[in-house]
Amino acid sequence: MSASRNRELLALVPVALLLTVGFAAVFAQNDNQLTNLSLSYGLYFLAICLATHIYIRIRLPDADPYLFPLLALLTAIGLVMLYRLDSETGNELARDQANWFVIGLVLFAVVVHFFRDYSVLERYRYTIALVSLALLLAPRLPVIGSQVNGAYLGISLGPISFQPAELAKIGIVIFLASYLREHRELLVVGARRVLGVTFPPLKHLGPLLVVWGAAMFMLIFIRDLGSSLMFFAAFLALIYVATGRLSFVIIGMGMFLAGAWVIYNTVPHVTDRVDIWLDPYQDPSGAGYQILQSMFAMADGGLFGEGFAQSMVLIPGTDNPLLPAAQTDLIYTLITAELGLFGACGIIGIYLLVAARGFKVALMANDGFSKLLATGLTTVFAFQAFVIIGGVTRVIPLTGVTLPLVSYGGSSILANFILLALLLLVSDRARREAREGI
Amino acid sequence: MNARIVKLFAFVGVMFAVLVGFTSYWTVFDADNLKNERVNKRPLFKAQQIERGRILTADGEVIARSVRKGRGASIRFVRNYPEGDTYGHPIGYSFVQYGNSEFEAFHNSELIGDDNEFASAFDELRGKDPVGNDIVTSLDADAQRTAFEGLAGQPGAVVAIEPDTGAVKAMVSVPPYDPNTVPTRFAALNEDPAAPMVNRPVQGQYPPGSTFKLVTAAAALDSGAISPDDTIDSPASIEIQGNPLANADNAPYGPINVTKALTHSVNTYFAQLGEELGTGTLEDYMSRFGFNAKPQLDLPDGQMSLSGVFSDGRLLTGDDPMDVGRLAIGQERLLATPIQMAEVAATIANGGDLMKPRIWSKVLDPDGRTKKTMSPEKQSDVISEKTAAELTEAMKDVVNEGTGTAAALSGIDVAGKTGTAEIPDVDRCDGLPNQAWFVGFAPADDPQIAVAATVECTDGQGGTVAAPIAAAVMQSLLEE
Repeated sequence: MSASRNRELLALVPVALLLTVGFAAVFAQNDNQLTNLSLSYGLYFLAICLATHIYIRIRLPDADPYLFPLLALLTAIGLVMLYRLDSETGNELARDQANWFVIGLVLFAVVVHFFRDYSVLERYRYTIALVSLALLLAPRLPVIGSQVNGAYLGISLGPISFQPAELAKIGIVIFLASYLREHRELLVVGARRVLGVTFPPLKHLGPLLVVWGAAMFMLIFIRDLGSSLMFFAAFLALIYVATGRLSFVIIGMGMFLAGAWVIYNTVPHVTDRVDIWLDPYQDPSGAGYQILQSMFAMADGGLFGEGFAQSMVLIPGTDNPLLPAAQTDLIYTLITAELGLFGACGIIGIYLLVAARGFKVALMANDGFSKLLATGLTTVFAFQAFVIIGGVTRVIPLTGVTLPLVSYGGSSILANFILLALLLLVSDRARREAREGI
Repeated sequence: MNARIVKLFAFVGVMFAVLVGFTSYWTVFDADNLKNERVNKRPLFKAQQIERGRILTADGEVIARSVRKGRGASIRFVRNYPEGDTYGHPIGYSFVQYGNSEFEAFHNSELIGDDNEFASAFDELRGKDPVGNDIVTSLDADAQRTAFEGLAGQPGAVVAIEPDTGAVKAMVSVPPYDPNTVPTRFAALNEDPAAPMVNRPVQGQYPPGSTFKLVTAAAALDSGAISPDDTIDSPASIEIQGNPLANADNAPYGPINVTKALTHSVNTYFAQLGEELGTGTLEDYMSRFGFNAKPQLDLPDGQMSLSGVFSDGRLLTGDDPMDVGRLAIGQERLLATPIQMAEVAATIANGGDLMKPRIWSKVLDPDGRTKKTMSPEKQSDVISEKTAAELTEAMKDVVNEGTGTAAALSGIDVAGKTGTAEIPDVDRCDGLPNQAWFVGFAPADDPQIAVAATVECTDGQGGTVAAPIAAAVMQSLLEE
């Protein structure tokens, strides 16, 4: 439908403008003069988006018109913040991130090209599940595995390091959507009420216990509270949408909390993370430094922020961070410090809009797998944002997941554009069927 | 499934609302607490990035300036004091690690340009770096140096005030300290037994001795207890509160009036006068002169001391029992700061009105335009103009023919009063027993400057040790 494609095109213009203005501001800050370089960055960005838009126009003419501009907007915000950090630290993260953006869009096109009929994914669901679990475990492997701050999040192959959890989240959602599409009736029909609580039938409980076990496993072996929480939340959301049984969700939450409590008491790394969350002042220059600096920086931000590129990131006169991992974990803090509460609400608002469009796709989809797939992808995206924003604002313990598309990180960009490809594939089919009156 | 997807979306909305809630808490509701957290170094770093304004003398000599270090985003400014220890007091210091003190602390918001909410918000919108304002003080470079030369290394203090405006023209404390050395010698300076970090003019509490007779005389004349011609029989020695009290050199004076009593600093006269006035009246006039409260000067309250009668560190009031006869001659546990005694002289010089003392005189914006000018404010109506005139006549005699002749200036009438008090804790003075004082003003008929000079731990007298210092400072200020 060309009307929605035109809307998409129109929505991309302000995104490119934002990027141009943001880069121009960093230039102005550094050199007190404007070069036309910032304009060419903006045009370059617009050109890439335009190419993607044309590709969508050809391949997915009926897809949701707002999802791509929203994700491009998040990427643009990330690029501008990274460029602003680069001007202070002398790194070239923005350039790397821009390259990852291009690669991400290529991957987007590849997925759209090869998975036009995405129901083939259902056939390989166990393979996908196994590969995903393997990916999650890869950071614990010798040689390629790497440990960051006590958590095993990345693998490194030569110069490239990769966070496999980013890709695994999509694989696990595909598996769960497919599995629950097939078994959701059985889970409901065979359910028994014991002491007023509805339990799913035992023989179908197995795979669900496997998911719970996987989440606990991740906590113990990957030591990644954030990813574990994100996966389990997506799992419970899908269970709820598939079966309509809140009791399953409550049982699941209870099991997660019980498991998490045991692990909190036995795995030192998790204990530390939680203790620092409860009282960061116990070690203000060590383990509590990052979260405390996050709070202090937000306090300086206030309602309107200190102004773009005005917040302190390094300790003056040194190369030591005042805002540790500002390019990844604390990028939301940096945005809050510089653009204030209003800027922060804007970011959260964008994620809410993405969630709204994603759930809209699920609502419009006509078959169970499509609905669950769109729901799962949207939930995992929204919860990832929640886990990291909640981490830096001390709603939950701080963990090392990325703020989708805004944080620096290639794996995150690639994974989220694959996620976008799947959502647009579902959307395109649903809206085409609606248009054709099926 | 659709209804459940909508509910799930609502749940995501609630979760995001929690994020907004927590973000608002840190950015707005708890922000002030976080900014005051001891472990939060951001405010310090931020202060360091502001080009703090300069502090200047009245004639434009730079007392304090900010020197730029580093480049780009790591620019910071470090305070530098070109005149070294000359203005260590009362200007103080400002360093990120050690905070701000004295004048630097009191005028911090103007110096960092934070004094005008609207302007700074506007500057922020323009992305302009905050720049502080310059402050011109009323301190006079020559007078300041003259006071140092006069004290010549003896511990003590000099304060010079313009009587009709309250402008502080000189404020010197010896031993001094060089504020440039604070970052390297902070602990050593604070532990030094010679106490260089104490700003003696406003923090030193000394027995004022006979200079306090000015207050007693002012109270007696102004309250109508005596007239200038009334006489009191003043023998060489009398008994006050059961203990004998004698004149210096044990001289008998017979029946004398107040002028003669001041000229020769007659103890037996003032002790009897004090008993006649009573504690209530004397304490009332002391309060009018500014005793029993911190000086209303532009320095932090915590870095000033009050003057009055103390018992074990507690300030006594007119209702407490005290030996008013000895209080009247500046004894009886009475302690006064040098600025308090300078205010006594300035009040008499200004026809009985005490002006609030002020070190600052102008605030200049970064472009050099005057933003604010000090407008003199009256602190209190202390005594009548008539009483002030009568006291001035007596104080002229002190300098012309009495104990204060060393304060005389050629061609200029000086009014003054000497004082020599016994130091209570004489142990710290290596056996040198006296606190020497001179307070006064000049020219006597058209006062331009009032001064208090005091020397700790001396074997000299107020008239021999302190008077010449005061004379030199007045001379240097009147020459301009």
